[in-house]
Amino acid sequence: MMAASPPSLIAARELTKRFGDFVAVNGITFDVHPGEAFGFLGPNGAGKTSTMRMIACASPVTSGELRVFGLEPRTQGRQIKARLGVVPQQDNLDNELTVRENLLMYARYFSIARTVAEERATALLEFVELVDRWNAQVETLSGGMKRRLTIARALVNEPDLILLDEPTTGLDPQARHIVWERLYQLKRRGATLLLTTHYMDEAERLCDRLVVMDKAQIVAEGSPRELIARYSTREVLELRFPDDVRANLDGRLATLGDRVDLLPDRVQVYTADGELTLQQVHALGIPLESALVRRATLEDVFLRLTGRALIE
Amino acid sequence: MMRAAYLVHRNALVYRRVWRGSAFSSFIQPILFLFAIGMGVGGMMGSAHSLPGGVSYAQFLAPGLLAAAAMQQAGFESSYPVLGKMTWFRNYEAITATPMGVHDLVIGELSWLALRLSSIATAFMIVMTVFDIPRSPLVLLTLPVVVLTGIAFAAPIMAYAATRKNSATFNVMFRFVLTPLFMFSGVFFPVSALPTALQRVAWGTPLFHGVELIRGLTLAAVPPTWPYHLGYLVCLAAVGIALAFRTFERRLNA
Repeated sequence: MMAASPPSLIAARELTKRFGDFVAVNGITFDVHPGEAFGFLGPNGAGKTSTMRMIACASPVTSGELRVFGLEPRTQGRQIKARLGVVPQQDNLDNELTVRENLLMYARYFSIARTVAEERATALLEFVELVDRWNAQVETLSGGMKRRLTIARALVNEPDLILLDEPTTGLDPQARHIVWERLYQLKRRGATLLLTTHYMDEAERLCDRLVVMDKAQIVAEGSPRELIARYSTREVLELRFPDDVRANLDGRLATLGDRVDLLPDRVQVYTADGELTLQQVHALGIPLESALVRRATLEDVFLRLTGRALIE
Repeated sequence: MMRAAYLVHRNALVYRRVWRGSAFSSFIQPILFLFAIGMGVGGMMGSAHSLPGGVSYAQFLAPGLLAAAAMQQAGFESSYPVLGKMTWFRNYEAITATPMGVHDLVIGELSWLALRLSSIATAFMIVMTVFDIPRSPLVLLTLPVVVLTGIAFAAPIMAYAATRKNSATFNVMFRFVLTPLFMFSGVFFPVSALPTALQRVAWGTPLFHGVELIRGLTLAAVPPTWPYHLGYLVCLAAVGIALAFRTFERRLNA
């Protein structure tokens, strides 16, 4: 008998990963639904990659429960992998093959027929804008091109779920934007994306829903907008003071806004109306070096939740 | 297991571009040895030697060199390239993200090596035939034995290479394990010329068994101890493969 179709593409309950005494993932619970872009946001070492590797069936679950497509990674890893596209944190393209051969050979590993593989390779090279480099050796590609080829490679089996581990880490700003744009296209086509990132802008741009991870645990879950609404204010006023002023603030700002964070290089005031709060600062007569009103971001959420900046 | 063939395909695709370089070390080198030492040194010795079966020195040496070539090819192919694909370039990580499993990798690499060894054995047999070295059609059976000898070395070395983070210890292996085996396993002179204690050591090492079988088949003088030689190589290959399954699994599914 067929089991009823699973409600989630990924269902994790109390999922835990230990390496000896070290707890990499500590009892996390989440679901990923078809068609959504789901993110794991957190600093390095938060357990994002370990979680990703368990989902990709590249690392056995220590305890708790994990189902991917309703299947059990330990015993049905092959079936799960057949339906996954994996973009690892560190490029692992085949340096001894050309760009196009990378796609064709990867299709072989999925037992995809040659003619089908050739059609897909052509379409995918077009999608990631590498058509003119089809015969190049992988070594000659730039970092951004390699990343795009890795994304194309992950799509060669037309996966039901695409796992992206830090998809733009190490890329220059221009290359990042191209990758984001391509991922956004995938999202529009209805692909289910699961990505880890320690970049706030990446999470805000791409994720419909995300969990914030810190120290092997999930500390918050929601859409970027919800998280900002729940853990921050609409706007943030960033203030920089001359050193002597900064040393003698004596809590004079404490009454401003909803909350004030004293960071090493700046003071952040969380407020519904940044301009209004700035006028209040001026009214107090405190000399300023600079002031900036900006929208609140997930960075502020993370700071609020953990008391630490995301990238230190 | 059919999936292992995909890795053979991949390696063949790469080999198409680099075969010229590797042809020298794997094939031309043993033939140079055969000329220089077999014909050169052998010619100087004349008939002043007493080789078993009264064969010429070139006849004695050629099958030994073939066995040694299998060992060297296996040693090389299963050390640096395996470490590279595991650690430096992460090919194995990429491949096991697909339905390809760890067993497919190990069997695929060894199957590819078996093809390479077969081509070396075939080419060498042709050269031996040109010089009228083989004494019976049994020489054709050296092909599977060359493959077996190679796998008996490759599988455990591959298992070891999969545990390494860098190549530092490979040189030690080549210098202090494979080179002494090349010297003292009966390739250049019969093991019976060694002191008794060293003869016993030779019996415990793998290349000796490959040399005995390959020489026996080439010169129509298969030793009565052949089941022991064959058994040794089969066991070593089987243990090596089992170990490789484990070390690959540990590295790729942690």
